Amino acid sequence: MLRRVITVVAVIVVAAAIGLFVGLQSYASRTPSRQGSRIGAQDFDLVAKGHYLVTLGDCEACHTDPGQPGRPFAGGRPVETPFGLILAANITPDRETGIGSWSDEEFDAALRKGRRPDGSPLYPAMPYGSYAKMSKDDVRAIRAYLNTMKPIHNAVETNQLPFPFSIRSGMWLWDALYYDGTTFTPDPDKSDAWNRGAFLVRGPGHCGVCHTPKTVLGGDDTSRRLQGANLQGWFIPEITSNKVRGIGSWSEADLVAYLKTGHNRATAATGPMAEVVELSTSRMKDEDLRAIATYLKDQPGSSEDTPPPLSARDPQMVAGAAIYRDSCSACHAPNGKGAPHLFPALAEAPNVRSRDATTLIRIVLQGTRSVATNAEPTAPAMPSYGWQLSDDQIAAVLTYIRNSWGAAAPPVKPEDVKSVRSGGEG
Amino acid sequence: MARKLPAKDVVIVGFGWTGAIMAQELTDEGLDVIAIERGPWRDTAMDYPPNYAQDELRYHIRHELFLRPEQTTFTFRNNMSQTALPIRNWGAFMPPNGVGGGGVHWNAETWRFLPSDFVLRTHLTERYGADFLPADMTIQDWGVTYEDLEPHYDAFEYLCGTCGTAGNVNGEIRQGGNPFEGARSRDYPNPAQEQGFGHALFGKAAAEMGYKPFPQPSGNMSRPYTNPLGVRLGPCTYCGYCEWFGCGNYSKASPQTTILPVLIRKSNFMVRDNCEVTRINTDASGKRATGVTFVDTRGEEWEQPADLVILAAYAIFNVQLLLLSKIGKPYDPITGEGVVGRNFTHQVTSGVKGFFDKEKYNFNPFISSGAIGMCIDEFNGDNFDHGPLGFVGGGYIGQVQTNGRPIQTTPVPKDTPAWGAEWKKAVRDNYLSTVLPATHGSFYSYRDIYLDLDPTYTDRLGRPLVRMTIDFHDNELKMSRFLTDKLAEIAQAMGASKVEKSYRKGPYDITTYQTTHLNGGAVMGNDPRTSFLNRYLQSWDVSNLFVTGASAFPQNAGYNPTGTVAALAYWATDAIRTKYLPNPGPLANA
Repeated sequence: MLRRVITVVAVIVVAAAIGLFVGLQSYASRTPSRQGSRIGAQDFDLVAKGHYLVTLGDCEACHTDPGQPGRPFAGGRPVETPFGLILAANITPDRETGIGSWSDEEFDAALRKGRRPDGSPLYPAMPYGSYAKMSKDDVRAIRAYLNTMKPIHNAVETNQLPFPFSIRSGMWLWDALYYDGTTFTPDPDKSDAWNRGAFLVRGPGHCGVCHTPKTVLGGDDTSRRLQGANLQGWFIPEITSNKVRGIGSWSEADLVAYLKTGHNRATAATGPMAEVVELSTSRMKDEDLRAIATYLKDQPGSSEDTPPPLSARDPQMVAGAAIYRDSCSACHAPNGKGAPHLFPALAEAPNVRSRDATTLIRIVLQGTRSVATNAEPTAPAMPSYGWQLSDDQIAAVLTYIRNSWGAAAPPVKPEDVKSVRSGGEG
Repeated sequence: MARKLPAKDVVIVGFGWTGAIMAQELTDEGLDVIAIERGPWRDTAMDYPPNYAQDELRYHIRHELFLRPEQTTFTFRNNMSQTALPIRNWGAFMPPNGVGGGGVHWNAETWRFLPSDFVLRTHLTERYGADFLPADMTIQDWGVTYEDLEPHYDAFEYLCGTCGTAGNVNGEIRQGGNPFEGARSRDYPNPAQEQGFGHALFGKAAAEMGYKPFPQPSGNMSRPYTNPLGVRLGPCTYCGYCEWFGCGNYSKASPQTTILPVLIRKSNFMVRDNCEVTRINTDASGKRATGVTFVDTRGEEWEQPADLVILAAYAIFNVQLLLLSKIGKPYDPITGEGVVGRNFTHQVTSGVKGFFDKEKYNFNPFISSGAIGMCIDEFNGDNFDHGPLGFVGGGYIGQVQTNGRPIQTTPVPKDTPAWGAEWKKAVRDNYLSTVLPATHGSFYSYRDIYLDLDPTYTDRLGRPLVRMTIDFHDNELKMSRFLTDKLAEIAQAMGASKVEKSYRKGPYDITTYQTTHLNGGAVMGNDPRTSFLNRYLQSWDVSNLFVTGASAFPQNAGYNPTGTVAALAYWATDAIRTKYLPNPGPLANA
């Protein structure tokens, strides 16, 4: 781990030095315009299109501070990155603290190139690499919609990162490594639905930002797209065609139900995905949800190899079975089938078998509430067991559910539970 | 001086079952609604999760979910010649507190009253003559009929996912259900729960004796259920921790598991918890409510103006607020005049213990649910000829044992010492092989059973406490004795080697639990001289005030009240939506 940190710091410092030079050169040649948007307020078709794109992009989630209800897009929400905190910017049309004075070209450059009006780079916590898949017209529409928002005066110092990450120009190198800047081009060999799904997933939906494993520098590991990643104390599950750990065993209807309502026969959205469902996917058109399903179910997954199932006589399995019966079976049922759309069917939920058990451990330790949507308002919650079960017991019961009902997955170790309990990863 | 809040269309006082039903229906109508609840917000996972919900010491012995008498209490006496004293530890009934109210900690028995129960005085007078009724009995017709309420019973049962076997669907008598019930327009939404061994054995014995046993209608789910609002309930696990407890498994119908998930998403609804309404305000004429005054936990007073006031607290608190707000004429037991406090009633219950050969019978009493059980209704209401018996009223009887919880389930024969080694051995010998069936009888109203304000004792805010004056009359004790004897016969027929009867005896005892079914005090009817509410639960005196809950019952029937309480709430919301809002004012003529 130490070596990894040293490597990252070294790379960043070198990049910062280069970046500073390039950045100063570029700053000298560009000063921000103060002209604002030229898009007419009468362009309602553009506004409506932009509203939907903002929903697809889930912009509101990061750019609204949940502690400041009634101030949409005014920014200030902390976004955790592996390198520190970034506060989301104010993207209301306020001229002083928002984006009111930005030209449409400057807005486009921010969204699709990660460039601020002064030419300096944005941090990739803003997923401009994904947004680059959108067309210039798409971005114009987003601008048209944001122009209709109430201007809110709220100065946000977005950059809260520690040195050396606080040097913005370090991002030049990051861009060189991870930013391809191409707009989406359909694959003529695939169906329209597949191509629409590809656009949504790789473009505005920016699914890979959470679901794709990252390199040491925080860029996408493109050899393992959408195969699950650690993020903000959760393990974000694999969403590929992998039948064991991905969503390969789900029907299109299963996936659409999950995205639209937050719940399906196997599982429920909680944690970071609860917010995505609430603000974005539950508001998408059904045909777009089906397109996402078509695309995801066609994505190559990680290996489906599983370890040999643990013997029922394994001491962790024996203890886990007893704990499961006592503490879990009332809701999740003795056969692991739960109650559809209410209590997750552990026997059928792929994330139960994910290679990394961080999310499972976290849910058992802290409890979690599933998302409420108009279609599924119930929002049942799992209570916390962290005060009741020891690290050994939680490891045992999770090992049991990962190795029961025909499934097999690596056992969970008590040290993993201890680590998550103290704020780390499993 | 109370600080004034922005006006709302509707203010609801108390946020239990009827408050939630009212809020759901009136927000659907587009009204801006606020509910004010004395107790805290309550949520399944945060307040009674399955990993500690089943704690008998915390929830039952120590009364976790209930009002603390320090906050407010009542004074009690058996009759007018006594001096009432304050209740300092709950006993005979458990006053609810907090969001969900009694709907959180009920057993979920979900009954309908009999058609004859709603026209009781007319029915009994016609059948037996006016002289048959005790002279001081003040029973009366409700002003609504079973037929009026049927669609609203149905609405509540489908909201809750009530599990049962219909006995009368549109007049067709069905095998396995209660043949005495009023006609229902369709089946229960879910099949009856599975029955335990003891419950099933009662059904078998009763059938062999010629009775028509049927499963008790249950708000504990026999299978997963999605209600018409789209809210989901899970299947009951038969853990035996229902009454006194919240259900951690989302499997007992409650406001939390049926309405609140939808209601809290509405922008035209809000709830203030931990705020106690101290007064309903009226204008100078006294004919129009202007809102309510409440006090928060800091002791600050607030005024919440509203066009419509719904009083939806527990029965006795409804009466208290009316008396303190000087709305309606207080009841005077000497003259028999006045309506607020009149026709206060409770429930008359009893039980038997059936001891069985422990080598042959193992009932596993801990496998149970709040509303599990097999019942018969041959001796309820006026389902049987009272002529030769010399009393009126009745009740259901059945093996409706809800639990085998360890602290309080210690059935021992009556000659056993009360403690020590012999007692322990007797508990060990009998715990698994004893059944505890019960009778659940009516409590009719009398001139000298009533509520008023105590002349001596006040609460922490200096307000007079409500004084309960209540005792059992001979009619009720005879009725209960009759039911108990019938129950003992069935227990004997089940194969018990020994049956012990516990008759209900007077005087009314405030210290031991009976039921939480306090009723009356602000009753409904067709005559403003004998009822505070008209047939739509609307105050005769203040037409923008509606009062929900069992305080409207003119007398109590031989069933658990919640189904009727909820049906009346739906009936009243229907009247508000279809009659009152288009044309605000009195909905019935005196």
